[in-house]
Amino acid sequence: MEDTKKIYLDYAATTPTDPEVIAAMQPYFFDSFGNPSSIHSFGQDAKKGIEDARQKLASFLGAKPAEIVFTSGGTESDNMSLIAVAHENAQKGNHIITTRIEHHAVLEPARLLQKQGMKVTYVKTSKEGLVDPSDIKKAITAKTILISVMHANNEIGTIQPIAEIGRIAREKGIYFHSDAVQTIGHIPVKTDELNVDLLSLSAHKFYGPKGVGALYIRKGTRIGNYLYGGDQENGRRASTHNTAGIVGLGKAIELCEKQMDAEAKLQIQLRDTLIREIPERVQEVVLNGHPTQRLPNNVNFSIRYIEGESLLLNLDMLGIAASTGSACTSTSLEPSHVLLAIGLPHEIAHGSLRLTLGRWSKKSDVEQFLHYLPEVVEKLRAMSPLYHKK
Amino acid sequence: MEGYSNKLMEYFLHPRNVGEIENPSGKGRVGNVVCGDIMELYIKVENNIITDAKFKTLGCGAAIATSSIVTEMVKGKTLDEALKVSNKAVVEALGGLPQHKLHCSVLAEQALKAAIEDYQSKQAGGARS
Repeated sequence: MEDTKKIYLDYAATTPTDPEVIAAMQPYFFDSFGNPSSIHSFGQDAKKGIEDARQKLASFLGAKPAEIVFTSGGTESDNMSLIAVAHENAQKGNHIITTRIEHHAVLEPARLLQKQGMKVTYVKTSKEGLVDPSDIKKAITAKTILISVMHANNEIGTIQPIAEIGRIAREKGIYFHSDAVQTIGHIPVKTDELNVDLLSLSAHKFYGPKGVGALYIRKGTRIGNYLYGGDQENGRRASTHNTAGIVGLGKAIELCEKQMDAEAKLQIQLRDTLIREIPERVQEVVLNGHPTQRLPNNVNFSIRYIEGESLLLNLDMLGIAASTGSACTSTSLEPSHVLLAIGLPHEIAHGSLRLTLGRWSKKSDVEQFLHYLPEVVEKLRAMSPLYHKK
Repeated sequence: MEGYSNKLMEYFLHPRNVGEIENPSGKGRVGNVVCGDIMELYIKVENNIITDAKFKTLGCGAAIATSSIVTEMVKGKTLDEALKVSNKAVVEALGGLPQHKLHCSVLAEQALKAAIEDYQSKQAGGARS
């Protein structure tokens, strides 16, 4: 991140691990290397690191330490929420409600459960990507056992009315899961205020290490075990703890708790500069997502008459890292399901550009990007058979 | 990008023969907005030889590079020779393509064939009138 020639605008993909986090993790590779399940002092040293991290995360969430299960990341937490809740509550019902814009880590297990006989309703969103809580309410049946709605969307940044959806779920006695991978460490997330029963998070999205995450499980929630063969995490998730990773997660959330508000304030300024300036400098662009109800660090535009991968590769050559929902960057050849779900036609979805800011983003990064964008777009549009200069 | 050869990146970043030919002898357009790739290929034919070729492409790096290199490959060729330029030859010329990008080379071949067919059908039409 010290390389001043390179500009990183892809913090939603992953963040650098904060040097303070790395320092906190360091002792757990050699000095305190013990297996936290061992009763000797080596093991207990490691266990203390894990329990401190659990306490820190619980404090951030306003939850109890016993309600935290450490996992390998957001994908596992999402998979576990759907699969282990559905299996454990199969006697109660066979219906799940989720949305069309969820991460694949929710959508794919939902499809797996459908194959196993579960019914799944995929609720639509507005063109800004907002879920209407009344649509969730309407989808509820006597057989509904779980509702899963992400806190904020990873592509377009729209923040959902989670507290209200959670209230509806609670009134009906239905478990409510939220994938908060994009919000944890960036905006306040209190499990009691959001009325969630399950909440997924991933350390590498908030300046912690990759390969570690957590699932908040409200006390009393009926959920099956997910990995078998050990009694770690009260048997819910067997496997020797990733001690250093968990300690890193704890340090990362502690730093976020202190710095988050100030960081968000700065990121909102940079975000709004981009949202204001991109249409000033490049014609025929469309902002994707909600204008205000969006993550402090997320910008997503569709740029007409060009394709996302070409745009990304050209920016990369200039040292600028960004992201796209274009099909051409995936092997499926389908553009982002999120952009299609909010009603973008294929050709507009293919030309999307996502910029996400973070702890080390500077005003000069945004200025540099804005300086280069018009020439890159111009170059690609000059090649485009659909573009006719106005 | 993973799987893109240096040669492909060269043709993508500095594509040859970008643009349109005014009053082309033939023009081919393939692809569609749904799949995200659209290629337009223009040829100028004199005495059965392709004397000029240009392209315009909306698409990914592979789509732009394949359409650019195919214009280079057919210049100076007779129509019969040009019709034999296959998508495999395009892939080889670029030093390979990732598996999921092979369809771009197929599009390039189709765009070329469409341009030649357009020319030939114009010729046939001209002969009748």
